[in-house]
Amino acid sequence: MRRTYYLITLVFALALLNNIASAQCKGFAKKICKLELIPYIHDGNYHAAILTEGEEAELYKTFYSGQNYRLAICGSDALPDIEFKVIDAYKNVLYDNTEHNKDRVWDFQLEASQQLKITVKVPNSNTESEYPASGCVAIMFGFKESE
Amino acid sequence: MPKKHFINSLIFLSIFVVSLVIVSCNTGKKKSAKDVSIEDFVTEDDIFDDIDKAKKIFYSLPSPLETAMLIKSAGAEYDEELLNSLDNVSQYTTSKSLALNLGIYTTDLSFASLFDQTQTSISYMTAAQEMAEGLDINDAIDSETMTRLEENLQNRDIVMDIISETFLNSSSYLKEQRRPDVAAIVLVGGWIEGLYIATQLIGDKDITNNKLVDRVLEQKLSFNIVQRMLDDNKENENGEQNEDIVDMISELKELKEAFDKVKVQTSQTETIDNKETNITTLKSQTTVSVTPEDFKKLQLVVDNLRTSFIQ
Repeated sequence: MRRTYYLITLVFALALLNNIASAQCKGFAKKICKLELIPYIHDGNYHAAILTEGEEAELYKTFYSGQNYRLAICGSDALPDIEFKVIDAYKNVLYDNTEHNKDRVWDFQLEASQQLKITVKVPNSNTESEYPASGCVAIMFGFKESE
Repeated sequence: MPKKHFINSLIFLSIFVVSLVIVSCNTGKKKSAKDVSIEDFVTEDDIFDDIDKAKKIFYSLPSPLETAMLIKSAGAEYDEELLNSLDNVSQYTTSKSLALNLGIYTTDLSFASLFDQTQTSISYMTAAQEMAEGLDINDAIDSETMTRLEENLQNRDIVMDIISETFLNSSSYLKEQRRPDVAAIVLVGGWIEGLYIATQLIGDKDITNNKLVDRVLEQKLSFNIVQRMLDDNKENENGEQNEDIVDMISELKELKEAFDKVKVQTSQTETIDNKETNITTLKSQTTVSVTPEDFKKLQLVVDNLRTSFIQ
């Protein structure tokens, strides 16, 4: 009987924490990461998730000619600087932020529309902490017409 | 006895939450070209070759705002007749129709705003608000948003920011509520509306050297993402089949057949960094081609699909 109570409580606690984490992630994307897009206009899409050190994510998107894009990838303060790469269909790495001081944004334009893959990695922080850090990672796009 | 267990559970819950908060705090961060070749093409599927399902995967479709911008930048003109009638608002009651038409009305709103149609923008924001309310997306478009819109109708940048913000509110709320399937349907609705407006504006015009036609054909690349996004949401997290998504996949079969007739090929990419502007140019070539007959078929399929979505 006691075990059942603890189990129910644990499930409730996990659900509660998940909701808190999601709400924090939404707030982080809207209030912090979106600011990185200025002066570009945010497209309105929401791509964010809680990631833990060592975890990776991928995003697939078609980018169109005639548009200027800003890609912003931000991690919450609990995480080490996020690493990301932009890769084309030939698997060529077009941009790697580890070669640019782990910048959070990349501005680009395309002569021709194409699909690109964005890979995101939360590196290990090498802290002495017993637990790997976890936090929100948001991938956001801004655009404006090419001049 | 049960009271004692309840108190124990509360203590356990408190310790659990506090521990996790402490763990979260303690793990704080120590912040401290080649030539372009058109001989070696890839097609729209190649990017997904080494997809790793073990990772968190995001599929990103053009949002209603981006869709409207793409149509306008391709030289489209404004035609209010093409927008979904506001008279239809009250007939959307199911989750699927509300989601589809939230996307559709948001694309219409974006389209009208980009052409400075101020009164229409307010009307379509209201329609989008009703769809959002029907989906229980609280506060996505609230009275404050409407006031801000009305006060800034002459400032297109602010209007676009408001549209972007409301769409972000809707999609983030749906994902937070673990309704990614509904978020996917909203996106598909908005994307189809963009395709509809563009194909209708093209009408019977010559499809050669037509920027808007190229824009439509390039949507084959995004259609690929539509399919994967819907496939990913076929089942909910409990493993149950999501009927609305299964229906949509079936409804999009004819569109797939129409896009299968479109050829899209992309060359290797050369990156050119502009040190002054800090903007990288991706230099490549993408060829799109279709016969006039197949383009007509695509127009018809899009028209039928959109008609079914707004009914």
